[in-house]
Amino acid sequence: MDQVNKLIERLGGVYLLPVAVSLIALVLIGVPSSWVTLTVAGLAMGMMIFLMASGLSLVFGLMDVLNFGHSAFVSFGAFIAASVLAWLGGWLGSDSIILNSMAILAAFIAAFQFGLAAGWFFETVVIKPVYHDHLRQILITMGALIVAEQMILAIWGGAPMSVPRPSFLEGAFLIGDVAIEIYRVYALILGGLVYIALYLTLNRTRIGLLIRAGVENREMVEALGFRIDRLFVGVFMAGSALAAMGGVMWAGYETLITPALGAEMMIVVFIVVIIGGLGSIEGTLLGAIMVGLVANYVGFLAPKLALASNMILMMVILLWRPNGLKPAVK
Amino acid sequence: MTLLSLNSMKTNIGQYSVLHDISINVPEGGVFVLLGRNGAGKTTTLRSIMGLWKPSPGSVTFRGQDITNLHTADIARLGIAFVPENMGIFGGLTIEENLILATKTGQFDQTRLDRVWELFPAMKTFWTKQAWSLSGGQKQMLAVSRAIIEQRDLILIDEPTKGLAPSIIDAMADAFREISETTTILLVEQNFQFAKSLGRDMAVIDDGRIAHAGTMADFVADKELQESLLSLSA
Repeated sequence: MDQVNKLIERLGGVYLLPVAVSLIALVLIGVPSSWVTLTVAGLAMGMMIFLMASGLSLVFGLMDVLNFGHSAFVSFGAFIAASVLAWLGGWLGSDSIILNSMAILAAFIAAFQFGLAAGWFFETVVIKPVYHDHLRQILITMGALIVAEQMILAIWGGAPMSVPRPSFLEGAFLIGDVAIEIYRVYALILGGLVYIALYLTLNRTRIGLLIRAGVENREMVEALGFRIDRLFVGVFMAGSALAAMGGVMWAGYETLITPALGAEMMIVVFIVVIIGGLGSIEGTLLGAIMVGLVANYVGFLAPKLALASNMILMMVILLWRPNGLKPAVK
Repeated sequence: MTLLSLNSMKTNIGQYSVLHDISINVPEGGVFVLLGRNGAGKTTTLRSIMGLWKPSPGSVTFRGQDITNLHTADIARLGIAFVPENMGIFGGLTIEENLILATKTGQFDQTRLDRVWELFPAMKTFWTKQAWSLSGGQKQMLAVSRAIIEQRDLILIDEPTKGLAPSIIDAMADAFREISETTTILLVEQNFQFAKSLGRDMAVIDDGRIAHAGTMADFVADKELQESLLSLSA
């Protein structure tokens, strides 16, 4: 067994897992064109979930804070984007790709800024009083999620809201008999860019070094002369803004959103963070991709199992690696 | 001249009272050793100095400044380094990253880096290795290196010889001797042989109180006192 583990590690370790799952799915699906479509869909879904989950992973890793209200930022991001895109309907409906892109950029900027401001408020008012108390963290952040949902109901109403998409993101590429939705490719590219930016920030900057060190041992970071509580506010704000961006992406993907979006995504986001390993951006990406791929493959192969697929995936991975696929070193 | 003073320091952890009355004066220069049995309160004393657990009541003064209620980070910035019992290294970071975090500016002072490499050559050898892959002795060297990569006035070191091989302990003793020429060390130690080879002044903590304080030479000469305070047989 040791030798098998060593061989797997040498070949790429847990990074091989999505490849292995994809290959097994190829055999089970049997039709290469369907498999490509499902794989791209899974990867795109994974990237969007990664955006939503990455902040939560760092927040938990850095300060041991269980924030069940994290997905409220996803909801608000989605609804703010829907409103901005509706308001800029003229730009969105124009034939100019530049105007289309400006409308999307405006939606992202609005959601991102909201995420930063709301993240600061949430950390200062809701989280700070309950540091070091997991039970109260769960209660108060779940309460905050309910309040956020009610606020969305009050502002945007209870009816599902449609999210307009620009025409250049509609439709699909046809490569042979393989159809790949343009929006999925867009989600894949954007998610990839955010991951690269996060990776470079964490691995090439002093602030990133402090965050990585803080995830491992925050007490020691303070003993070296750094105020981890101040760093945490920044990480919380960035994490919330990323979740809001994830909400924008998800809104464009679903094109119809409801106030229950946050509560629905909360479970998936937590599964991703747990599967990936707390406090690790690489782990979160890996977990998100696994969830995206498995959800799409199972949805195709055994639709009745689709809802349970994430839970089953989490159980299997935790039985194999109790700390997740790629946890931060503690 | 007194560098650090603990004045009637009491520390509670949760509902438990761990330190009842700790008063010591650590003079500037050399190695001051805190001895005591397991659970006597040595580690709590160091953590209370660093502000990781707040003493109440009582006070801690450093160079005459009251630091009792300062944040740990602010205490560290005054020039106090801490090497905890578990070493506190960042396993996922390389040796270079562990050390650069301990610099004030994010840049190495080449003279100090050369000194670290001279004291602990393994730090240079494994420069780009992640710290989790080091041996126990090398991890301890890294923890001490981090404390001296910048000029500090005081280094608090908690049981640095715990679990180390005798050859590593000898190397560590040589390093501490050299470090103490320019920096005061407050050393918590259970290895009496190691402690007495380094210490100039000392105190014994027993049940959260200072049971004895004086020079190491006098304590080494008094076998009866050693037996009563540390259960060391003559």
